[in-house]
Amino acid sequence: MYQILAREDLSTGIHLFRIKAPEVARKARPGQFVIVRNGEEGERIPLTIADWNTEEGSVTIVFMEVGTTSKKLARLKTGDYLTNFVGPLGQPTEIEKFGTVVCVAGGFAIATIVPIARAMKKAGNKVISIMGFRTKDLVFWEDRLGSVSDDLIITTDDGSYKRKGLVTEPLKELLQDGGVNRVIAIGPTIMMKFCSLTSKPFGIKTIVSLNPIMVDGTGMCGCCRVIVGNETKFACVDGPDFDGHEVDWDLLINRQRTYLKEEKQSLELWEKSISS
Amino acid sequence: MSEKQKLNLNRVSMPKQKPEARVHNFSEVALGYTQEQAREEASRCIQCKNPKCMEGCPVGIDIPGFIKAIAEDDLPRAARILKDKNSLPGICGRVCPQETQCEMTCVLAKKGSPIAIGRLERYVADWEQSHPKAIEQRKENVKPSSKKVAVIGSGPAGLTCAADLAKLGHEVTIMEALHVTGGVLTYGIPEFRLPKEIVRREVNYVASLGVKIKLDNVIGKISTVDELLQNGYDAVFLAPGAGAPMFLNIPGENLSGVYSANEFLTRTNLMKAYLFPQYDTPIQVGQRVAVFGGGNVAMDASRCALRLGAKEVYIIYRRSEVEMPARAEERENAKEEGVIFKLLSNPKRFIGNEQGRVTSVELYEMELGEPDESGRRRPIPRPGSEFIMDIDIAIPALGTKPNPIIPSSTAGLELTKWGTVKTDEATGRTSKARVWCGGDMATGSATVISAMGAARRAANDIHAFLTSREG
Ligand SMILES: Cc1cc2nc3c(=O)[nH]c(=O)nc-3n(C[C@H](O)[C@H](O)[C@H](O)COP(=O)(O)OP(=O)(O)OC[C@H]3O[C@@H](n4cnc5c(N)ncnc54)[C@H](O)[C@@H]3O)c2cc1C
Ligand SMILES: Cc1cc2nc3c(=O)[nH]c(=O)nc-3n(C[C@H](O)[C@H](O)[C@H](O)COP(=O)(O)OP(=O)(O)OC[C@H]3O[C@@H](n4cnc5c(N)ncnc54)[C@H](O)[C@@H]3O)c2cc1C
Ligand code: SF4
Ligand code: SF4
Ligand code: FES
Repeated sequence: MYQILAREDLSTGIHLFRIKAPEVARKARPGQFVIVRNGEEGERIPLTIADWNTEEGSVTIVFMEVGTTSKKLARLKTGDYLTNFVGPLGQPTEIEKFGTVVCVAGGFAIATIVPIARAMKKAGNKVISIMGFRTKDLVFWEDRLGSVSDDLIITTDDGSYKRKGLVTEPLKELLQDGGVNRVIAIGPTIMMKFCSLTSKPFGIKTIVSLNPIMVDGTGMCGCCRVIVGNETKFACVDGPDFDGHEVDWDLLINRQRTYLKEEKQSLELWEKSISS
Repeated sequence: MSEKQKLNLNRVSMPKQKPEARVHNFSEVALGYTQEQAREEASRCIQCKNPKCMEGCPVGIDIPGFIKAIAEDDLPRAARILKDKNSLPGICGRVCPQETQCEMTCVLAKKGSPIAIGRLERYVADWEQSHPKAIEQRKENVKPSSKKVAVIGSGPAGLTCAADLAKLGHEVTIMEALHVTGGVLTYGIPEFRLPKEIVRREVNYVASLGVKIKLDNVIGKISTVDELLQNGYDAVFLAPGAGAPMFLNIPGENLSGVYSANEFLTRTNLMKAYLFPQYDTPIQVGQRVAVFGGGNVAMDASRCALRLGAKEVYIIYRRSEVEMPARAEERENAKEEGVIFKLLSNPKRFIGNEQGRVTSVELYEMELGEPDESGRRRPIPRPGSEFIMDIDIAIPALGTKPNPIIPSSTAGLELTKWGTVKTDEATGRTSKARVWCGGDMATGSATVISAMGAARRAANDIHAFLTSREG
């Protein structure tokens, strides 16, 4: 059992847990993930390591409420326990001195990109971050990401805060201005896809963190297979980071939608059970 | 009376759930002997002076000994004899391919009626379970050795090595990647062939010997093998199995609805998707399911699919039934339950709809040519024989290969060209000092009992090493 040392609500439906897991904390690197299970009947879901603290022996995860498992997680409080917490899994993000790195993040991934931006800056890069939200109320961690970036651009879909529009627009301008050596894009699949399409004509390598459905997260089931550069890869062991220009996005999106019907059924049942 | 006349060649059959009933449940198919049946079967054993059966048992159980105890109604003694050499008798009695192990070498096999050693073993193990206090927990007078051993993986190889070393006084910790112990016994072999309760109780027995078990520990990630050796472990036994699924490498294989057998079985057995939505992990089966392959894994996947509600389940195999590697008993069980064998057929590609879901498979008919390296006749596609079959779910069950996580994180560990760890068969030693290996990781997919035999040999060698001056 793994104790939740602290819980924070970052914005509507986005929560942070700091989990006691000293051994995972010791080995965690930016870009890796954990598999979490909550309760004996729970499923195994992957969540990115958003931060870690070796002194406290803790690992931070940030998750968004989308379906049964994440909504069940959202009901846990400080002091409660997760049943299972496995990691660090996957390959760490490649950190090097590239020159100028643009970090683009949307939704919950604002949190998960922070350690990457921090490591990139520490490696001597100029880091320009772009964070996108649907609307002003959902904005979080402007200061945190700002503190590890040389420049921070914020967009909202409805223009209620800072720049109106999608993250791909400032990304395109930066690429047009020249001098960008690498792009890292993390967030909803559709956002990563469009960031990759935006940077492709410029030939600037764009790393994305793929989020296919997983079960074990250790290379045993093949559920997480994705096609990158015409080859089948297991995202949990070969990734989750891949070259966004090589990813078969339509396949990923289709596979993510495999269980829509079952997910809806599961959620309805659970919502009924907690309302009664 | 001549020897021949004395022989009783009427092997006592074991009751099973009726096929019509069992396809609707995940309860165990085979129901086990009653005491009368067990006694009757045990009485057939002629108590050979030179028991050939034992040559067929990789863990060296005193087979005539435990059988005699059953015939004499001394079940506590039978249980003790089994546990002396085998910490997992309830498991082995159920899943050992006895017909190619102990029962093949039993002298009565020549007469077509070997003693049902596996069924008797299972009978004793189950009896012991229902009489937990019947045998004294003999805390052997082992002196703690103050040596620490890390065992990676809690499948049959890991459990056996850990139990043996603990009995010898060493401090053993098992590190398991998943949230449950048992390896393939838990995530692969279905409940209806091997109830998880039995795995749980035999794992508890291993733990009762003083073995520590750490779950959620992926070695190569949370710690490397070298870190374990640096941080106080005197020896490491690698038993991570060969769990990475292989695919057909044909077009359309990544469509939704195409599951590796490992994924299909893991969702079903480990995650209990057959109880969805009470359990959170979903699975899809639809109406028509095609399983590709002819081994035990294909049989397990197809029989799970039926129990999950599929109407028609096909096993598609490119050779004929005689070449199928699956055990005869499992093939029979599958057929009785209604699995349809589509032999001499091989898939060319999977076809999907606009949502990227598989809807059909294109198959070739095959014919058998000359024998290949494996001695089996090589299947060759018959030109122009392609046809399309509608399916909802496809399950390639083609076998598995070693997982790269440990090899890629362990310097100095030599591998074979198949990606298995180069291991001395007699001792389990690898190319790396203080590291041993056994089970599927050393041999590629094999059997529970061969993994246990290898683990026993490695445990002996580890013990010799730890008690020598170098250790
Ligand atoms: C490597 C990786 C890192 C991730 N990191 C984060 C993170 O840091 N924060 C976060 O909020 N989300 C993250 N995700 C996504 C997260 O795993 C899913 O949101 C979660 O599994 C949804 O489960 P649910 O039961 O709440 O929703 P459901 O209703 O079951 O599913 C909603 C959608 O989530 C996806 N999903 C469902 N089950 C799984 C599963 N077992 N594995 C992966 N995706 C699934 C499906 O596309 C599905 O349509 C990550 C995914 C991956 C692969
Ligand atoms: C569906 C199926 C049915 C089968 N049926 C039979 C049968 O009827 N009879 C028979 O004799 N054999 C059968 N087999 C084969 C048999 O199960 C295997 O040969 C046997 O389990 C191998 O044992 P093992 O201990 O080497 O590995 P496994 O049983 O594979 O156990 C390995 C364990 O190590 C863990 N692990 C892996 N990597 C790591 C890591 N990096 N760190 C920590 N832990 C790790 C895994 O999670 C797993 O729990 C079957 C196999 C399958 C897949
Ligand atoms: S462990 Fe397996 S091989 Fe050995 S006696 Fe039992 S059934 Fe036979
Ligand atoms: S070989 Fe057969 S008959 Fe002889 S002791 Fe063994 S089980 Fe009994
Ligand atoms: S999640 Fe099972 S192989 Fe990647």
